[in-house]
Amino acid sequence: MNIQQISVFLENKPGRLANVALVLKDNKINIRALTIADTSDFGILRMIVSKPEQANDVLKKAGFTVKLNTVIAVEIDDREGIFYDMMNLCDKNGLNIEYTYSFVEQYSNKAILFLRFENGDKALEVFKKNGYKLLTDEEVRKI
Amino acid sequence: MIWNREFETMSRRQLTLLQTKRLQSLVRKAYTNNPFYRGKMDATGVKPTHIKHISDIVKLPFITKTEMRDVYPYGLLSCHVDNIVEIHTSSGTTGKPVVDAYTKKDIDIWSEVMARTLAMGDTTAKDRVQNAYGYGLFTGGLGVHYGARRIGAMVIPISGGNTKRQLQLMRDFGTTALACTPSYSLYLAEAGKEENVDFSKLPLRSGFFGAEPWSENMRKEIEEKLHLKAIDIYGLTEIIGPGVASECERQDLLHVFEDHFYPEVIDPQTGMPLPDGEKGELVFTTLTKEGTPVIRYRTRDITYLDRTKCRCGRTSVRMHRILGRTDDMLIIRGVNVFPSQIEEVLLRMEGLEPHYLLLVERRDNLDYLEVQVEVSDAVFSDEIKNLERRETQIEKELHEALLIHAKVKLVEPKTIARSEGKAKRIIDKRVI
Repeated sequence: MNIQQISVFLENKPGRLANVALVLKDNKINIRALTIADTSDFGILRMIVSKPEQANDVLKKAGFTVKLNTVIAVEIDDREGIFYDMMNLCDKNGLNIEYTYSFVEQYSNKAILFLRFENGDKALEVFKKNGYKLLTDEEVRKI
Repeated sequence: MIWNREFETMSRRQLTLLQTKRLQSLVRKAYTNNPFYRGKMDATGVKPTHIKHISDIVKLPFITKTEMRDVYPYGLLSCHVDNIVEIHTSSGTTGKPVVDAYTKKDIDIWSEVMARTLAMGDTTAKDRVQNAYGYGLFTGGLGVHYGARRIGAMVIPISGGNTKRQLQLMRDFGTTALACTPSYSLYLAEAGKEENVDFSKLPLRSGFFGAEPWSENMRKEIEEKLHLKAIDIYGLTEIIGPGVASECERQDLLHVFEDHFYPEVIDPQTGMPLPDGEKGELVFTTLTKEGTPVIRYRTRDITYLDRTKCRCGRTSVRMHRILGRTDDMLIIRGVNVFPSQIEEVLLRMEGLEPHYLLLVERRDNLDYLEVQVEVSDAVFSDEIKNLERRETQIEKELHEALLIHAKVKLVEPKTIARSEGKAKRIIDKRVI
């Protein structure tokens, strides 16, 4: 149950994010969640969007360097300590997290955590075995 | 002080005779011993017997840096390899530098012309010469070393870098003469200020600065900050290293040691010689070199010649400090860098586009080179560590090819202008 994520290379320059946003807006693509990882020179914008394949095409056409890959989406209760439980589980199972980001659902007490692991298949297995709710691509886009 | 009165103050008539004799001998030897030169001369139909006077030099074909590289490693050798006692090379790409091979006599001449150079800044056997040019394959370090040894001065062979130590030794040993690139001397001055070094109280009195372009403004600044007389020295690996020309104590144009290195200035388009005072491309012939003689090397440096007599008493022709280049060569921290070297490195690395931009800046008197490279789909990863690994990998390859550090910056695709002109690929922000 992997979720499609789109990554965009961005230089650390004013206006670059706005350009990406405009392309998505013009193509009526909605952003579900996003995060930016940055160094002093460049950044990588990672997004979960409503139409990932289309987003990939239109951003490429607009001249951006874009990549589609997958992350795992886990639905968790929105309460203290839950993040620790998960990290502890990962630690115990030797799962190395490349990066993670999250968002909180507006009308429920749930949160969604997106994770990218060095070994995604093993991570899926561990989460399933421990009763975590993994979301499908469809479920994520519907939120 | 004039080191070698006989040769440095020789009358023009005598000098012309000497140059003629030396050129005849050079051409004869090159033609007999070196198939490369024989081939070049046969192709243009010129024979050693055609050289009746130094002015006949114009009949001989030019040699370019590319040709020198093509015959790497021993193509220019005109004596038996057993007679070579030392090798130096220029920085080269993919293992093809220009080779300078010296016989015992060549080293002797190198020591002589460097002694003349140091004597122009009044160096004597009583001086202590701190040599901050790099020792090794680069000619700067050992060239100055040999000259100082010839004079009998004390050499502090510290080589380049290590600024704190430079300042320490300068104080501890009482350095009187400093040899390094002009920008590094200013860097030393600034670093010294921070360490509370009072240069006016040090015995420093002369500095020998070369290997990169500088200006009268920089000279003023160096002399004020370091309390020494700043002498501009000139040389190039292709000819011998430092010791091809130098300013005298009057600091008015650079005397060319023309009894050993014969200069011409030509129109870079037509190759025709230009009259004195007219700017053009500088060409050198090594009149006395045995190991790897060079006949009519096109330096790509732009300058003009002045044959009026200098008030110092030396009779040699003088050249203006280098006014520019006929190609796109950059000099960064005293090291020659060609954009084509960078292009070569990028092209042989998988997934990289040959689109790049070079940004050169001078911060706190040190040169910085940034190479901007476009991120292609093949290079892009959604993980920072992969992209940073890629940057480091390119930096490592560039360092191997250029011998200096370049910072690599990944930029978005299609942001670097796709122009055919070279100018847009290089942004040199340095004010010299």
